[in-house]
Amino acid sequence: MASYKPTKITVYPKLGEKVTQDTVYWKNYKAPIQIKEFGAVTNINFSPVAPHNFAVTAFTRIHIYGPFSHEPVKSFTRFKDTAYCGRFRSDGQLLVAGCEDSVVRLFDVNGKVALRMYKGHTKAVHVTDFTSDSYQILTGSDDYSCRLWDIPNATELNAYQEHTDYIRCGVTSKLNTNLFITGKMETAAPPPLFYAYVLISVMTLDHGQPVESLLLYPSEGLLVSAGGRFVKVWDLLKKGQPLVSLKNHHKTVTCLCLSSNGERLLSGSLDRHVKVYNTTSYKVVHNFDYAASILSLALAPNDESIVVGMTNGILNLKHRKNAEESKEISGQQRRRPSYRVFVKGKNYFPKQDDYLVSKPVKQHLAKYDKQLKKFNVSKALDTALEAWTRLKKPEITVAVIKELDRRGTLKNALAGRDEQGLSRLLYFLIGNLFDPRFAPVLVTAAEMILDIYQSVIGQSSVVDRQLLRLQEMLEREIDYQQELLEVLGMLDTVFASSLPRKEVPCSAISKSNGLTQGEGRLQLQAT
Amino acid sequence: MVEHGDIRVVHRGGSKINSREPVISSDSRLLLCASGECVKVFSTSTEECIHDLRGHTGLVTGVLLRPSNHLQAYSCSADGTVRLWDFTDGILIKTYAIGYPIYSIHASPNHERVIFIVISTLSEKKSELFQLVAVHLPQSGDRLVEARELSAVLSDVSSNPAAIAFGRGGEYIVSAKGLQLEVYFFKKQKSYRFSLKENNKKGRKNTFTCVASHPQDDCIATGHEDGKIRLWRNFSHKKEYTYSTLHWHHSVVSSLCFTPEGTNLLSGGVESVLVQWRYNQESQKDFLPRLGAAITHIVVSPDGALFCTSHSDNKITIIQSCVKVSAIIQGLVKGESLSTDLMVDPRSKAMVLNGKPGHLQFYSLQRDKLLFNLDIVQQEYIHQSGLQQFEVVKAAFTASGNWLASVEERKQKDAELELNLKLWMFDEQSQSFVLNTTISAPHEARITAMCFCQSTDSQTTMLVSTSKDGHFKAWQLATPAHTEDDGPSWSCDFVGAYHSLVPECCTFSADGSLLAVSFQEVVTVWSPSSWELLTTLSQPPGAIRDLCFGKLSCSKYLVGTTANNLLCCWNLLTCALEWSTSMNTSLLLADPLSENMAAFCPQAGFTDLFVFKPNEPRPLYSHKAVCSGNVTRAVFAPREEMLDSCEESSQWLNHSQLYFLTQCMDLMTFTTKAEEARQMAASKQLVIDDSIAMTPFHLLLGKHRGQQQQQESGQDSLSAERTPLPQGSAAIKELLQTPAHILPSTSFLCSMFVQSLLISVTDSREETKHVEEEMESEKEEDSEEEEIESRAVRPPEMARCGQATETATLTKAQVKELRRVKKLDHGWLSSVLDL
Repeated sequence: MASYKPTKITVYPKLGEKVTQDTVYWKNYKAPIQIKEFGAVTNINFSPVAPHNFAVTAFTRIHIYGPFSHEPVKSFTRFKDTAYCGRFRSDGQLLVAGCEDSVVRLFDVNGKVALRMYKGHTKAVHVTDFTSDSYQILTGSDDYSCRLWDIPNATELNAYQEHTDYIRCGVTSKLNTNLFITGKMETAAPPPLFYAYVLISVMTLDHGQPVESLLLYPSEGLLVSAGGRFVKVWDLLKKGQPLVSLKNHHKTVTCLCLSSNGERLLSGSLDRHVKVYNTTSYKVVHNFDYAASILSLALAPNDESIVVGMTNGILNLKHRKNAEESKEISGQQRRRPSYRVFVKGKNYFPKQDDYLVSKPVKQHLAKYDKQLKKFNVSKALDTALEAWTRLKKPEITVAVIKELDRRGTLKNALAGRDEQGLSRLLYFLIGNLFDPRFAPVLVTAAEMILDIYQSVIGQSSVVDRQLLRLQEMLEREIDYQQELLEVLGMLDTVFASSLPRKEVPCSAISKSNGLTQGEGRLQLQAT
Repeated sequence: MVEHGDIRVVHRGGSKINSREPVISSDSRLLLCASGECVKVFSTSTEECIHDLRGHTGLVTGVLLRPSNHLQAYSCSADGTVRLWDFTDGILIKTYAIGYPIYSIHASPNHERVIFIVISTLSEKKSELFQLVAVHLPQSGDRLVEARELSAVLSDVSSNPAAIAFGRGGEYIVSAKGLQLEVYFFKKQKSYRFSLKENNKKGRKNTFTCVASHPQDDCIATGHEDGKIRLWRNFSHKKEYTYSTLHWHHSVVSSLCFTPEGTNLLSGGVESVLVQWRYNQESQKDFLPRLGAAITHIVVSPDGALFCTSHSDNKITIIQSCVKVSAIIQGLVKGESLSTDLMVDPRSKAMVLNGKPGHLQFYSLQRDKLLFNLDIVQQEYIHQSGLQQFEVVKAAFTASGNWLASVEERKQKDAELELNLKLWMFDEQSQSFVLNTTISAPHEARITAMCFCQSTDSQTTMLVSTSKDGHFKAWQLATPAHTEDDGPSWSCDFVGAYHSLVPECCTFSADGSLLAVSFQEVVTVWSPSSWELLTTLSQPPGAIRDLCFGKLSCSKYLVGTTANNLLCCWNLLTCALEWSTSMNTSLLLADPLSENMAAFCPQAGFTDLFVFKPNEPRPLYSHKAVCSGNVTRAVFAPREEMLDSCEESSQWLNHSQLYFLTQCMDLMTFTTKAEEARQMAASKQLVIDDSIAMTPFHLLLGKHRGQQQQQESGQDSLSAERTPLPQGSAAIKELLQTPAHILPSTSFLCSMFVQSLLISVTDSREETKHVEEEMESEKEEDSEEEEIESRAVRPPEMARCGQATETATLTKAQVKELRRVKKLDHGWLSSVLDL
């Protein structure tokens, strides 16, 4: 006596992204916090020392936020015009920022007024950074020049005039005091690499598009540049040989960022996406969507939070979920039985002459299966059409309908329903009939419903409305399919014309394998 | 000229065991059932076949316990004889020649020396009218008795044995046919007829299908085509009869049976549910659902403890008092159509074909036993006639047997064809196939052929399927890119087509470097590594029916048969036709272990077999008229051990054996004389004389007597006692090789075994004791030594010397006899070797 075989629920391949460790990791953030700034957020910089405050440069202000508060801890407002590029020094005590009015200001993080002002540039300063010895400041300006300043004296040490266009991004080496890299606005412009002592660039790399952002790997062997739709990786140790060119955004890439362990590269773009790349394979492993075009992006140490600044002045903060929090959710889903249940009968040790009575294992069946087993077809369909199943797991409802069809009892199950039951059925059909995974099964069911309830159409306004809606959707679907077929036809012609014509090498064979051979007759003589 | 000297076509098992109702012996230990031309005796506890009662030359149509002796059974056959058997020992006692084909047999304890048989009405031989005849069995000592004393009892009865039943104490006999129920009272010599209307109000059919009568009460139960059961009472009066109706079955009641006490009525039908009705409390019923297939017969053992149902899928189920299925005797399932090819599972060497609906069956050819059913469809089977179900239509194995591909389809009228391709992986842990990938709708139309790449050294496993939709698809096992995923799965690698023609068959070359797909009359050859069309071969007119690549030394040849009576062999190196011959080939298949190919050619209602090698257009072997009708399915099954026949005509059978299915679904094979002889010897070895009850008392006494006898025989007993040394191994061999169900009791074996171990000690002691032994016995020992040596050289030959029958204590005469047999065996062997 075989046991009842439950209805097989077809497992459909999941559409969309696959669940990988990366998606699990990058999805493990809390709901975002949105903070409205005064203007477009152009730069975000995290303080290298705990508690890892971050400076947000937006319009004429620089706000410093703490890791948990949603209000600025500190704000620097003494800019006459738009501020650019607020950056912390490696000890987190000083902050430098450029300005549209060509003055570079240096602030004490605890103070309010600028400690030093560096004047010398003639146009807006977009790039400011501390060198690795923390005594000098590098600035890049729209006057095509790049200058090196001494912090205490506020004097200009060097000026580099090699650029022929606005300097929009730059990065200093964290290992070598005398190395820094700048990128500029001009098309087909190379991001040159400078040595401070030598007055000329030591290396010139051609990105091909105006460079928007630069990033050095912690090892400083690799340089990442973003410009146009491309993100390019260069090997500095091999004389700036291009390693890969990534084209995953469909608008200009504006910012770059490395994850704390250096294994993932993040890029933000005007197309409102942040993409996460694996730095060994350079494949996109995760993708974040934002509401507006992204101008700046920063990751807190240990990836504790992702901060994204957008053109509409919104600062988006995402904090990582705590270990307990993420655990809590899974714990809630699985309600575990109490301790007593576990211990029950387990602490009994069988005695010498105990006789073990084996109990047959009871087969657990879903409710609709129990009803199918009893041949209660209408009830089984009702169970499968219950709200939760119908909405959350339509494949179960479809599987039950398919099973009923296989048994030849679908008509019986569909018939004899009142207005409410029928409208529920029609509601399900409207929702799922056009899903290509379910269509073959549901079309039969829909036809049967129309056959059965043909005579009562017009008696209920609810059902009539749903039927009309079904018809309307059907027409729309047919139009859509037709359109798709047209596109397919067009594509076919395109492919056919683009493929080279290939001859099948059979001209020589057709002669020799014809009916001409007569000598090799099989001699069939049998007793 | 080819002579087929000693090759014969023989039946090889798999016959129906559900054609007639089985019989349970009175001690409930044995079960007898008619199976083809013999009666099989099964053990009800171990499910093993104990022996076949062979002797009939026609289909056995009925088995019956002899009412006066519960150790004997009658069987009747279409060859016109009734035979009386001692079924515990498998001995034919008597044969009664009736002279007419018999359709069923009935007997009652009240009618001594009379049996009732159903034969066709005498006037015309082939008429559809049957009559019930009483046969008086003459008493005589002869083994073959003519029984010509026939007296007609009822005319116009049904040939179905279920439609005739004896009433209480054999006072009357009930027969149902069509819409009429007839009761014949033996005392009054009078019969009453009751008839029903053809249809009732709702158009249900009232036709009788089966009859059972209550053993203690005057009550007859009849089953009907519409699923009703009627209980007839008071039928000894023509007018005042009454009946009550029970209705549970939704379609035909195919079998009814009362329990021996008459407390319960059992019924069964297409639903495959055994229903147990309480007699006189019919509202109470018990069910035993999901017995697997439609019930055709129900039998209750004489003590009422065991129920036994036989099913339409060639299965007998033994049920303990309507609660638990205790044993299942399963024969080869042969449905109306065989949709999959015959295949051989490379692991278990079992033949694989579709069996029960939605299952693949694995059938052991060596043991004539169904090993197991693999559930392919994995859906609850609805037992309802006229319902379209999923059917397994194609299956294929890889060469290693690691992967199994199966195709199931379901075609409903005016609905889309539902098609599933499933790939199963062999799981070492559970030793069965586990579903790996399901591909729903792999093609848009029916799949015409499917094959795996058979080469063993390639890294990837590849499957090619061809379909009526004009495409062939290659499926490849791919390991997923993400390491977190669980295991490999299959995906489509390539879709090919050729001028929108329909591909019919596909085959891989032995090394897997070429794929040949036939598109009607064109054969296309592809390279599976690059999916390039290498060449096309064609031989118009006539579409290609079968394609086979040559193996081993003939691997450069591709052989194909066309619908236009042509057998062509192409050389793939020159891409030219090597030879062709005109013969109408219905089936072409290649032996996987040798170069040979076999072609079945239907000719004038018969089928001929030709075996040839692709490199020469000359048959190695041919066999005219293998069977009547067309052969559509055949398979080469690799042998367990190779034969070493040197004769040219039988060499092709050395590596593998050819099995084929005839049109009437009989499984046949080819054997050689040497092989048959070996099988005979093996079967003889199995026979053990266990007719004497082995009581402990007998064991003690018997041993004691044996020892006394030995002591009396004195000195001569030395050699007799010495023999057990080599016997020891034989005893172990017997212990290990004999099937468990025919082994004598353990206590018996144990004493034998221990004794065989003890001998060596006594032997050495005796040797020291009898140093001054006579020369004669020394010589005897010498010759014996020699024999031990020869035994070491040829152990398999020794195994079949029939030593299993010997007990531990041998008299001298027996030992001599044994030696004589051994020497004979040697002589025969050497003669074989000289050949």
